[in-house]
Amino acid sequence: MSTAAATHDDHHDHHHAPTGLKRWLFSTNHKDIGTLYLWFSFAMFLAGGFMAMVIRAELLEPGMQFVDPEFFNQMTTVHGLIMVFGAVMPATVGLANWMIPLMIGAPDMALPRMNNWSFWILPFAFTILIGSVLMSAFGDGNPSAPNFGWTFYAPLSTKYGPDSTDLFILSVHMMGISSIMGAINVVVTVFNMRAPGMTLMKMPLFVWTWLITAFLLIAVIPVLAGAVTMMLTDRHFGTSFFDAAGGGDPVLFQHVFWFFGHPEVYIMILPSFGIVSAIIPAFARKPLFGYASMVYATASIALLSFVVWAHHMFTVGMPLAGTLFFMYMTMLISVPTGVKVFNWVATMWRGSMSFELPMKWAIAFVVLFTCGGLSGLMLAITPVDFQYHDTYFVVAHFHYVLVTGAIFSIFAAAYYWLPKWSGVMPNKTLGELHFWNSLISANLLFFPMHFVGLAGMPRRYADYALQFADYNFWISIGGFWFGLSQLLFLAVAVLCAMKKGEKAAAKPWDGAEGLEWEVPSPAPFHTYDTPPVVK
Amino acid sequence: MSEKQLSVEERNKRTLKKLLIWAVAMFGFAFLMVPFYNVICDITGLNGKTSSTAATDVPEQVVADRTVTVEFITQKGDGISGEFTSETKRVKVHPGEITLVHFYASNPTSKDMITQSIPSVTPGEAARYLHKTQCFCFDQQTLAAGERKDMPMIFYLDPEIPRHINQFTLSYTIFDVTERVAGKNNSVAVN
Repeated sequence: MSTAAATHDDHHDHHHAPTGLKRWLFSTNHKDIGTLYLWFSFAMFLAGGFMAMVIRAELLEPGMQFVDPEFFNQMTTVHGLIMVFGAVMPATVGLANWMIPLMIGAPDMALPRMNNWSFWILPFAFTILIGSVLMSAFGDGNPSAPNFGWTFYAPLSTKYGPDSTDLFILSVHMMGISSIMGAINVVVTVFNMRAPGMTLMKMPLFVWTWLITAFLLIAVIPVLAGAVTMMLTDRHFGTSFFDAAGGGDPVLFQHVFWFFGHPEVYIMILPSFGIVSAIIPAFARKPLFGYASMVYATASIALLSFVVWAHHMFTVGMPLAGTLFFMYMTMLISVPTGVKVFNWVATMWRGSMSFELPMKWAIAFVVLFTCGGLSGLMLAITPVDFQYHDTYFVVAHFHYVLVTGAIFSIFAAAYYWLPKWSGVMPNKTLGELHFWNSLISANLLFFPMHFVGLAGMPRRYADYALQFADYNFWISIGGFWFGLSQLLFLAVAVLCAMKKGEKAAAKPWDGAEGLEWEVPSPAPFHTYDTPPVVK
Repeated sequence: MSEKQLSVEERNKRTLKKLLIWAVAMFGFAFLMVPFYNVICDITGLNGKTSSTAATDVPEQVVADRTVTVEFITQKGDGISGEFTSETKRVKVHPGEITLVHFYASNPTSKDMITQSIPSVTPGEAARYLHKTQCFCFDQQTLAAGERKDMPMIFYLDPEIPRHINQFTLSYTIFDVTERVAGKNNSVAVN
């Protein structure tokens, strides 16, 4: 082992300062890879957002205007897939890459080459997926892009799936490999690379929530890979996992999918909990209330996420005992989640609060995520779920937790850490415009969906009954407004990347805590080559 | 050698290996869910599938003071152009009483066809109390070109059937599995 120890000191020397394209293609630096992830996810956010604009344009008025229903289905499907796998997940992986080594005093991620690979798979995976949409859009709808909804239920995706389903399967496999490698990297880094004195219970909550997220990823992404593999063999190799004619069961698909799918929604939201737990104490100028309870609450949410999956499928005809079990387990999740929300509020209570941009986004997150959580509780109640199932109420619920939840917190993180990443403060005027426009338009966009959903408007249709016309008009206006507002963030990010703006201090937020603020802004290419001592 | 003495690289490799094994195991778990689901369904009747083997026991008693309504519906899967119906649409039976129902399937095409019918009971919990002593669904049925086939099904309800189940529906979907069977035979020949 002495040889390994000897080579350890100079292992940075052999990849010094490559420039141009090579710097990014061959990068093993956690900061560069983090930057790549973040830009990629923002590009995907705009791509998926453009598809949402197509959806909202079609739904602006009743009747068919712009696209045919077949293409509309492709838009809802690929919008969902891109936003989940292309925007939210890579954005949180990007944040993890940038921040975890800085937060725990490590020189880099533990497995830098694997890190490079896990990023560079993604552009190829999404080229394949988006390629199928382009073929459909410019090939007169033939061949069709995936059109079965982001949940790709069998037999829609097996027997009745378009030819491009195989492209979809390949791209999901690639995204999965990328996610698993990213997750493994986080776990290895957190377990083995912490600075001396950085005990587990001293880690910032962002590191904790990401560690637990990583475990969830390693546990369920392989199940997703299994599900798409079964689809592939059902489609081409004569198996009958989901085909009743050969003795299979389509409902089995839903069980396998949601066994992945429910932990997946926590994969998207747990890093957000960590972000908000970093930002609120910084701007309330008080330590986080109930640190240990936050850790345990995160772990409980993760464990419970494995025993609630069937609440997505109450209407398939489960025995009463089954629906009761999944209903109570789902409601139980609101206990640890409630602990978190109350802890954030208690952190703000009697704090010396100031409302810089990251704090604005974080507070919006707490309020609006709680909104989405409450509609989730309503959906958990089995008998009423029969009314809400597959309506716009569900659409409202998961957009509140994902857009005003996950994505708002990712913006909070970006405004909070952009000074560290770029060395300049994000433009305040543009940032304020971005925040207020997003806040108001997101609520105009998603809140009325509750009403049309309760009134019975089903999701995933290209048209609707006339009674929903007024609400849908305003929902669409909110949609276009929200979509355009995001271009303001593009301006903010580009200005930061061009180093245009007020120069940032090493610690630009006076109440902020953590090792990441001990290094200069922008963070140098290599940090913590000698580990800091944590007291 | 204890963990402490290992270099960081060494420890990273060890953790990486453990996590990779876990990922591969979870991939396997996805496939394990298939037999697991089938066992759960057998025990609970979760998916409304009835037993695929003939019941050999004869009911010990007929519960004359109870009647349960059994409805029959038929559906045609892909590739079935002919008729598939049940002679009886609904029947009232006492638990333990042996009942015969005729189903008919026809093949108007000029080619022989191998079919498989798949049963499903709604509500699913009734499935485990439905015992069939004879059913066309136990085996693949060959329909010769132009043939109309009488396919009998003999069943009785378990005398133990819970009181709250007064009525259930037994659905059959018939599928053309000619190509699937041919494909299997080919692959056997190749091997």
